[in-house]
Amino acid sequence: MSRIAVTAVPAACIARTFVFAAALAVTQAGTAWAGTPQEQLGALSAQAGRSPNGAQGQQFFNAKHGREWSCASCHNAQPTGEGKHANTGKSISALAPAFNPERFTDPAKSEKWFRRNCNDVLARECTAAEKADVLAWLMGLKR
Amino acid sequence: MKNKPLAPVRYARAAMKWIAIALLAGAGPARADSPQRVTPLPKYQQECAACHLAYPPGMLPVASWKRLMGSLSTHYGTDASLDEASVREISGWLQTHAGTYKRVSEEPPQDRITRSQWFVRKHNEVDPQIWKQASVKSAANCAACHSAADKGSFRESEIQFPKGLDARFRRNGSD
Repeated sequence: MSRIAVTAVPAACIARTFVFAAALAVTQAGTAWAGTPQEQLGALSAQAGRSPNGAQGQQFFNAKHGREWSCASCHNAQPTGEGKHANTGKSISALAPAFNPERFTDPAKSEKWFRRNCNDVLARECTAAEKADVLAWLMGLKR
Repeated sequence: MKNKPLAPVRYARAAMKWIAIALLAGAGPARADSPQRVTPLPKYQQECAACHLAYPPGMLPVASWKRLMGSLSTHYGTDASLDEASVREISGWLQTHAGTYKRVSEEPPQDRITRSQWFVRKHNEVDPQIWKQASVKSAANCAACHSAADKGSFRESEIQFPKGLDARFRRNGSD
């Protein structure tokens, strides 16, 4: 029954659905369904409207932004190994995807941590451009 | 004929006795130093243990957990906010298993486990300098000394002072 229903859907309708989904993916870039660091970077860059700048990302990551902590306070200036939570001392696994393949494979998780950590470091949300820059830099860190 | 209980009754009594002994043996030490006898909620581990030990829910009373879970965006100086569904799930589980440790009906200042009277009393031999060591950081870092803290066990026999700790502090561990 359901198979018949699917095959009965006109091609134009499927195409429209696809275009709609693609448009949705762009508008919701950060929270889209991309499952690799590359896809998340693509989505963030699209949202930012410019290509990412890794060098700027590194600077942003290591700088303080008017509060007590920088990103590096917990993740280290070179986040290729274990970090340490600045308050609790709990170890934090490497942030650079090349050193921890689980990183940036779940967009919802990435967004959650960006939301929290940006609030802790900058007392505001990060812009898509800031997130893209940081991610580009992290992805550039190779073994 | 002597007035002896029937065999089934005797067996039942014996069984009750053994059940009681088994319960006491199981619950005795657990109540003393292993407050977390509940299966950890995977969501709790995933979300809360990313930053700190998954503190046993029995170590705080219901009211404290409620307040904590209602103010995650300002969680002891950091933003630990979560989506609503996760908050509901974790909060419900914490409240179900709250307050099963020693005298936790009392709500500690700032809802901090480390400010509970039982906690302070239990750690009164610990030199205040120990909490400040780099390998310890704070009294909230249970796992620095309690080697099985992540499994919800806090037995004295499991205490291992961190390697970096100055020799003059280490003697407290053998007390």
